[in-house]
Amino acid sequence: MSDRALQRFARLADEPLVPTASASRGSWTTLKAVIDHRALLGLLVRRDVKARYKDSALGMLWTLINPLVQLLIYWLVLGQILGAARGIPDFAIYIFSGLTIFGLFSETLSAATGSIVANSGLVKKVYVPREIFPLATAGSALVTFGVQLIVLVAACLILDSAPLSMGLLYFLPAVLIVVIYAVSLGILLSAINVYLRDVQYLTSILLMLALWSSPIVYGWTMVQQVIDRLGLPQWLLDVYSANPVTIAVLGFHRAFWVAGTPSDYPADLALRMGIAIVVGLLLLWGCQRVFSRLQGNFAQEL
Amino acid sequence: MTRITDHSEVMPLGPKIVEVNNVSKTFVLRRDNSLKERIVTLGRSGRAHREKFDALKNITFDVEAGSTIGLIGTNGSGKSTLLKVIGGIIDPTSGSVRRRGRIAALLELGAGFHPDLSGRDNVYLNASILGLSKEETDAEFDSILAFSEIGDFIDTQVKFYSSGMYVRLAFAVAVHTNPDLLLVDEVLAVGDEAFQRKCMDKIRQFQQEGRTIVLVSHSAAQVTEICDRGVVLRAGEIAFVGSATEATKVHREILEEKRKLTLDDPAEEEEPASSKIRSITVRNTEGRVLKNLDGGESVVIEVAVEHSEPTGEWNSSMSIDTPHGQQVYGAGTLRSHTPHPAAPAGVSVIRYEIHELPLAGGQYFVNAEISNGENKQWDIFWQGAMFSVAEDPDQSGTVRARSTITTMAVSPE
Repeated sequence: MSDRALQRFARLADEPLVPTASASRGSWTTLKAVIDHRALLGLLVRRDVKARYKDSALGMLWTLINPLVQLLIYWLVLGQILGAARGIPDFAIYIFSGLTIFGLFSETLSAATGSIVANSGLVKKVYVPREIFPLATAGSALVTFGVQLIVLVAACLILDSAPLSMGLLYFLPAVLIVVIYAVSLGILLSAINVYLRDVQYLTSILLMLALWSSPIVYGWTMVQQVIDRLGLPQWLLDVYSANPVTIAVLGFHRAFWVAGTPSDYPADLALRMGIAIVVGLLLLWGCQRVFSRLQGNFAQEL
Repeated sequence: MTRITDHSEVMPLGPKIVEVNNVSKTFVLRRDNSLKERIVTLGRSGRAHREKFDALKNITFDVEAGSTIGLIGTNGSGKSTLLKVIGGIIDPTSGSVRRRGRIAALLELGAGFHPDLSGRDNVYLNASILGLSKEETDAEFDSILAFSEIGDFIDTQVKFYSSGMYVRLAFAVAVHTNPDLLLVDEVLAVGDEAFQRKCMDKIRQFQQEGRTIVLVSHSAAQVTEICDRGVVLRAGEIAFVGSATEATKVHREILEEKRKLTLDDPAEEEEPASSKIRSITVRNTEGRVLKNLDGGESVVIEVAVEHSEPTGEWNSSMSIDTPHGQQVYGAGTLRSHTPHPAAPAGVSVIRYEIHELPLAGGQYFVNAEISNGENKQWDIFWQGAMFSVAEDPDQSGTVRARSTITTMAVSPE
């Protein structure tokens, strides 16, 4: 037995014996483990981005084609044919900024939901903190988001309505809200999806509902008008405006859609965003607890 | 047949690196997997759709740093599950596993390889999964590449790799992550012979460096060759913990029982065999019991058989094995068409005299088997005796022979 072996034994003898069971790890330990694995997180994001458009001729261009076609359809059908554009100035920017921030939510959530199943090869064979997989999907969705953001800014400049107002302060909180909620729900749903594969189909329906229940292709004021016209109680509008995705979309509009006036937004938008972030962090903690309960049996269910 | 031997014959080792404490694992097998099915079968009828399966039952053992442990057992005995529990990939249903130090697991070929990425990208990804930083991987990269023998294919997508290239790259990454504990599932059988030899050398080097290896294997030869200790599992329970050689013996007995169970007619199984092998003794031609041989001398193998009732003509056979399970010699009455004559109840002793047994240095085991006149097996005794043959520094292998080496005159051109 060599000296190196004896040194190794001495070092090991100093280390504590740590239980392997994941259920016994707290959120704090998990957070530390994820931070320790941040390099892996970066590599997983790069892997996702690289592998996604591998062997396709247009590559990253596809991240643009999808929202541009969506923009075209909504602008033409809803804006021009159905007439939504009449109440909303700079309708193209309005729609595209809404679609961009919603795309971040929808891409993160749908990819995160399937992330544990998609990475089953890793989950079954090596131990890494499994929260990394849903988190990595947020990373690759942010890359897509970044590309679309460049296009959005370019479009704003071309249409001569440069987003240079104090409204830009709403940009970061809006993105933060979307990431927190998409990751929280993604962590929760990815764990449930291991046991019940129906969840991934459920997610796509939920995302469709979320798209139409936020002021993306119509204006927030239109909702107000409908509630007034039908004589519905005012708290319905509060319920509608309490949706974190709605809050994030409104904040994003505030940042990029300079044609809007204060009357286009609910009062105290900044406060609402703050509350949404705090609630979101609590939700993230709760979802992580459920995830760590469920993850002990991942390897055998996959 | 739970046998726990003391480890006195195993060299005292480093501190405990893994502590498996009363670990049980129960799998619930469901037949309904969609929401609809589950709602339909909710409640009491849902229980009928579940089956419990105990993969591991009350497993307790420790692994000391610096040891190499083989987990052996038949298919479905729970050895891979146990390895995954140790690796932290599956949580035990009850009990606990505690461990320390850096761990690398090689559980299946190419774990964590993404088929669409190049070998290079996968090396970084896999190393990162095993806990290496980018700088550490940069430093080790050339060494990994050299060890894997992938060459220029490193920049090709791994989906075009052969299975041998896959496992070579995966093994190369795992052994370069500087683990204190290496978990290996039956993956080493994939590479070609040269690579397997290289893996074995690497494992020996790891042992020298005081690293700990836990290996799952079907191969008794592999276990006796590399492991110093063995854990035998049977149907989720520990059947044996002790030295690797003894562990392979227990494993063989279990296999033999299993073979008998599948071969025997249930009706025939009722009657217990009337004859048993009592002992196997190795003697020299003068009748003195031998433990150590010089090699090349004549040897007498005595097999004592106890018949509980008078028997008709019967047969016997014996064989000599290396610790790797490689048979070096075998003989028997069936082969020579000379069955033993009818015997009364009581002990009969059969004498096999082997003239000038030309064995090279090493350890050998003697096995014996008896059967009735129709060749229906009565009893088999694995490793009933053991003897050692003195090493001859002039040769290697298992056959003792003499050679003369001469240099033939070469005429210059």
